[in-house]
Amino acid sequence: MSDQPIIVSASPHVHSERTSKKLMYDVVIALVPAFLVSLYVFGFSALIVTAAAVVSCLFFEYLIQRYLLKTEVTIADGSALITGILLAFNLPAGLPVWMVVIGSLVAIGVAKLSFGGLGYNIFNPALVGRVFLLVSFPVQMTLWPTAVENNASLVDAMTGATTLGLIKEGVQFGETMTAISPNLPPVQDMLLGITSGSLGEMSALALILGGVFLIARKVISWHIPVTVLATIAVMTGIFWWADPEHYANPLIHVLSGGAILGAFYMATDLVTSPVTKKGMVVFALGIGAITVVIRLFGAYPEGISFAILIMNAFVPLINRYFKPRRFGSRIKAKIM
Amino acid sequence: MLRTFPKGGIHPPENKLTSSKPIQKLPVPKVVYVPISQHIGIPAEIVVEVKEKVATGQVIAKSGGYVSSNIHAPVAGTVTKLDKIVDTRGYKTQCIVIRTDLKDESNLEAADLPLKKEITMEPGEILQRISDFGIVGLGGATFPSHVKLNIKADKTLDCLIINGVECEPYLTADHRLMLEKAEEILVGIRILMHALDVRRAIIGIENNKRDAIDLFRKLTREAPGIQIAALKVKYPQGGEKQLVRALLKREVPKNGLPLDVGVVVHNVGTVFAIYQAVQHHRPLMDRVVTVTGKKLENPSNFWVKIGTPISDLLEAVGGVPEGTRKIVSGGPMMGKALKSTDVPVTKGTSGILVIPGDEASRGKPSSCIRCGECVEVCPMGLEPHLLMNLTEKGMYQAAAREDIMTCIECGSCSYVCPSHRPLLDYIRFGKTIAKQLESNKG
Repeated sequence: MSDQPIIVSASPHVHSERTSKKLMYDVVIALVPAFLVSLYVFGFSALIVTAAAVVSCLFFEYLIQRYLLKTEVTIADGSALITGILLAFNLPAGLPVWMVVIGSLVAIGVAKLSFGGLGYNIFNPALVGRVFLLVSFPVQMTLWPTAVENNASLVDAMTGATTLGLIKEGVQFGETMTAISPNLPPVQDMLLGITSGSLGEMSALALILGGVFLIARKVISWHIPVTVLATIAVMTGIFWWADPEHYANPLIHVLSGGAILGAFYMATDLVTSPVTKKGMVVFALGIGAITVVIRLFGAYPEGISFAILIMNAFVPLINRYFKPRRFGSRIKAKIM
Repeated sequence: MLRTFPKGGIHPPENKLTSSKPIQKLPVPKVVYVPISQHIGIPAEIVVEVKEKVATGQVIAKSGGYVSSNIHAPVAGTVTKLDKIVDTRGYKTQCIVIRTDLKDESNLEAADLPLKKEITMEPGEILQRISDFGIVGLGGATFPSHVKLNIKADKTLDCLIINGVECEPYLTADHRLMLEKAEEILVGIRILMHALDVRRAIIGIENNKRDAIDLFRKLTREAPGIQIAALKVKYPQGGEKQLVRALLKREVPKNGLPLDVGVVVHNVGTVFAIYQAVQHHRPLMDRVVTVTGKKLENPSNFWVKIGTPISDLLEAVGGVPEGTRKIVSGGPMMGKALKSTDVPVTKGTSGILVIPGDEASRGKPSSCIRCGECVEVCPMGLEPHLLMNLTEKGMYQAAAREDIMTCIECGSCSYVCPSHRPLLDYIRFGKTIAKQLESNKG
């Protein structure tokens, strides 16, 4: 026997070695490829925005928990780190640092901690921060630096419209897709990330790579990302099939904007997504549909942030109506 | 394709350290402590007095009602005390203390009796024998077997299921018994089929016990009606409802019993005990116990007389190693942590697990991140995170509406929770209160 007292606790006496912290750090690892692409495409500015977001998210979480809430400080759990990275990924590279700091304060202070901290927030914190900035600073938030190879200095960075922005503008001015298309980046550039847009949404391939890693590690399941992307593809596909001169093809819709970043990393946030697989599919259908409606008929060229936040609000209801089937509730006793 | 139950379940490391260790005999214990409540239901009533001499197999406590069981003297000797002791469940129970008469030869007689295949008893006699000879479910639940075998006229029974799953990590008692007493178990199955007048029996064995599956397949090649089913390894497949679902695709209704879908389930250990009672007139006095743990010198399987102190078993495997922080009666998923090693082995003790310090403590709980893992693994289709939440908030009726009472306490939810939340602790508590509220109402 040991000199320490014997432990008497209720069963089970073993635990799988999965911990919340490990799940969080898997997400961080999954985001690395996309971050590397951003560094390559935007250079130093991507690093500054990401660093600013991460440091301020951790700093605000520490400050608020330590001095305002006077509770246990949980900055090491990885969740604030993810919020910081995802917030940065949803901002244009080159956004002034003070705006990034404000976005982080809103994300951590308002969207996360005022709801009770990790596990209690209803809305995805990074998206709340992003949408707050978009509404507050619409000009700076839509100033997209374009991909400049070996972009060394921020000052010289050129800005240009995003793929979805070009389509929206063109369609609003009555142009046809045939006229707009030559201005759009080719598909291989969208896959690799040689285009313009938010810092982390550039390369579809890098994001999918991380997403597959998360599915393989069972951090997320395929239900949300696949359903979101399939819904976007099918809905935009119907419009495109009906009127290809006024609607972009589904491939452009899936590969551009925040569709892949949103589907794999934002909509799958464990805390703000449904618990059951059935619920996840319903949630993801909603996200896909709202995204398409905003993209095609709304004021903004991209709508996945709003779509996810709107569906976040429905998660408690979805959890209530899409429960697992209780064992023994289908009484189909067949006796041979 | 191997069969299994479709919803939920987990794959904890198997750690079956003793699967190749033959069942050994222990030296006759000097003193045995026999609790009068070793089964689910009404405790037995003591029928011996202090200083009375008892013979091996003599009834020392009589069944206290229908859902109860007789208790027999596991050794010949003298009753020295009627005392209250703490049992493996952690409660104080009345117990009969017998000092063994080491000269009495019947104490040396063990479970190694010659195989007797021919069944001569009538169904009625068999059921009476099972009831009289103190047979209870040896899989762990210790439900009196005669109650399970009493098929009411309005029920149809078409299949007998024999549970050789042993899905708990570490435990190998059933596995060894199947390897060493396969023929006896098959006779036991035929006894039950005869008594219940049922023509079909299935032995369900998980695929990590290939040797047992092969052995039974070989032995049953010419046995009509007995089928061997290899099951995919998944915890908690040994749960009755999960096993019935896995083998027959029949789902026992909520709050129902396997009999509601025409099935009776018995553990292989129970079947062996029934064989001994019916063929050799031997009441339930001993059982196989796995004594195991990663740091033990010599983890083993033993034939253990009921009432043997657990400290005797630990001594036989080389003592409790340095740094041990937890000793569990049963397996790691559903076993009970013991406060001391003075407690005796009872009819329900399938194993003793010794856990070193670095594996003994639970992780520190943190907030639920609603990952849904607990919902995913729950074999009963429950939402453990929700049940814990409702219990925490004192909303017991709401928890009852969410089917808290159907929880089988397998612990899969607590096992997977990445936030180390004590889900099952709360659910157990919620069940207790919900049950009280229910009975107060009625």
